[in-house]
Amino acid sequence: MDRLLLIASTFCFLFGFAYTMHALGARAYRRSWLNFFAILGGFAFQTAFLYVRGKQLGRCPLTNLFEVLIFLSWAMVLFYLLIGPTYRLSLLGVFTSPAVFFFQLIALLAPSSEQSLPKITPNPYMELHAAVSIMAYGAFALAGVAGVMYLVQERHLKMHQLTSIFHALPPIRDLAVANRRLIVAGFMLLTLGIAAAFGIPGILETHLVKISWSVGVWLLYAIILSAEWRHRISARRGAWLSVAAFGVVLCTLWGITFLTVPAPR
Amino acid sequence: MEILCFGLSHHTAPIELREKFAIPDAQVAPTAVELAQRPGLGEAVIVSTCNRVEFYVAAEDTAHALTSVEQFVLEKIAAPAGEAFFQHPTPRSIRHLFSVVSGLDSMVLGETEILGQVKKAYLAAQAAGATGKHLNKLFQRAFNVAKEVRTKTNITRGSVSVGSVAVELAEKIFGRLSDCKVMILGAGETSEMTAGALQARGVKTIFVANRSYDRAVSLAEKLGGRAVHFDEWPREIRDVDILIGSTAAPHHVLTAAQLAPIMRTRRDRPLYCIDLAVPRDIEPAVNDLDGVYVYDIDTLQSAANESMAIRRQEIVVCEELIERHVREFSDWLTSGGRPPGFGHPRTTGNA
Repeated sequence: MDRLLLIASTFCFLFGFAYTMHALGARAYRRSWLNFFAILGGFAFQTAFLYVRGKQLGRCPLTNLFEVLIFLSWAMVLFYLLIGPTYRLSLLGVFTSPAVFFFQLIALLAPSSEQSLPKITPNPYMELHAAVSIMAYGAFALAGVAGVMYLVQERHLKMHQLTSIFHALPPIRDLAVANRRLIVAGFMLLTLGIAAAFGIPGILETHLVKISWSVGVWLLYAIILSAEWRHRISARRGAWLSVAAFGVVLCTLWGITFLTVPAPR
Repeated sequence: MEILCFGLSHHTAPIELREKFAIPDAQVAPTAVELAQRPGLGEAVIVSTCNRVEFYVAAEDTAHALTSVEQFVLEKIAAPAGEAFFQHPTPRSIRHLFSVVSGLDSMVLGETEILGQVKKAYLAAQAAGATGKHLNKLFQRAFNVAKEVRTKTNITRGSVSVGSVAVELAEKIFGRLSDCKVMILGAGETSEMTAGALQARGVKTIFVANRSYDRAVSLAEKLGGRAVHFDEWPREIRDVDILIGSTAAPHHVLTAAQLAPIMRTRRDRPLYCIDLAVPRDIEPAVNDLDGVYVYDIDTLQSAANESMAIRRQEIVVCEELIERHVREFSDWLTSGGRPPGFGHPRTTGNA
């Protein structure tokens, strides 16, 4: 049942992605409520999946890489829905729905990542840490998307290429602001997530690698924010950094999860 | 019932002739009422803009209606209609109106102002009682056609003049222009027009720098801005978002070497340079600086031409869409204005 919900959600994002690509290719892209409702539908199915999964597990569904990827996708869409109408229609329709679609596709096609874990008693600090941290990564992911969009639009402006996608994308100043705000939101959430982790008894003994990694990510974004706040980097460099930083997070997330999942007995 | 369109436009008559037949706004409605009361006519709408004067009438007999309209024009304007006037009977009149409101017949292909002008003319005639069932249905359908053409095609996509491309680019960089500061280097006509276009989109702060300070003051007053001595403009540029260059200088007025240190102090504030001068005021290497976007007259014109080419490609699509509506409306007219099912087969006319 939960897998069916996830498949339905993935199809919704695939529809949004395919519709946008087709419209861009036909040079007839327009902001569309059809695309928005496809994404809203995908979010509804994602939420239902996480609820059903959570009920089955008796805890927040963040027990393996499969669930982490789905929760991450859900967080990205949640932030998209919260950002506001100005960004909503073009931002997600053009770039984020493909990212969400691919995360979910990877999760669906990698059954080995669905290994079950021994049941443990849920710990509220653990639940808060896991959920809030993944939401932080969702914000960082969307910041990465805004960074990509900034770079695409900036390139069009520099090269004087006023194509259909140029007309579809928001102004670069708005994209730079969105990028910054998403990084701030993600940073605040990650700070809360790490703080919650230290409320878990014995966390440093059992999850030292993961905590160290989270602190490393926190430091990475702290450096980016500091440089932006002190006007040491241009908006273009800020966009590159947000893309690269999320790339680092994504690449290391799998490795960290692999290293910290207990080996099957 | 027949629909007749009788009139002249920028396609058939120069402005000296069009202005002779133009009808002032305040007179459009009473003139339409007078026309509708002529023998053989029953309904009338008059569209009078800077590029066209067109009389739309509904009548049982086209030849009789045409005579009435020609006679009316002669009496009203005291000048014969002449060869510049075209006559479109049904269904050409319907096709013509749908094309006009969709912007296909405009001087600038795809312009949207004409829709508002035709709506105004129709509402004035309707309020004065000059319209009836047929012209009401025709114009309502025309407005729906215009909306469909705009939403389903790219006929209004992009900007087709240098000034509007410049403004569109400003909006793509800054979004809201109300908090942008503009500096004009060289107080000329083209820079004034571009600054005016930016003002129309919300720009509030304008600086004008010119070698002749008096000219800078004169243009600044006109635009509600502030004049700056020409040798002081490099200091002011730190705070500027949009720079319009149109001096008569034979060399580059702004170079990359000059601007690079300034851009380092404003890392997250883009600078948009519109170089309207020939020879160019702004060194091309300036475009390579982070956060700076330089558009000269050639790139702006090229963008305008590209948009126009896209619009031209859409003409065929628009005409197909319009033709379907022409068929549907003609069928309705032929059926005596009765809804489908009253003894007449429904024509779906799907494109």
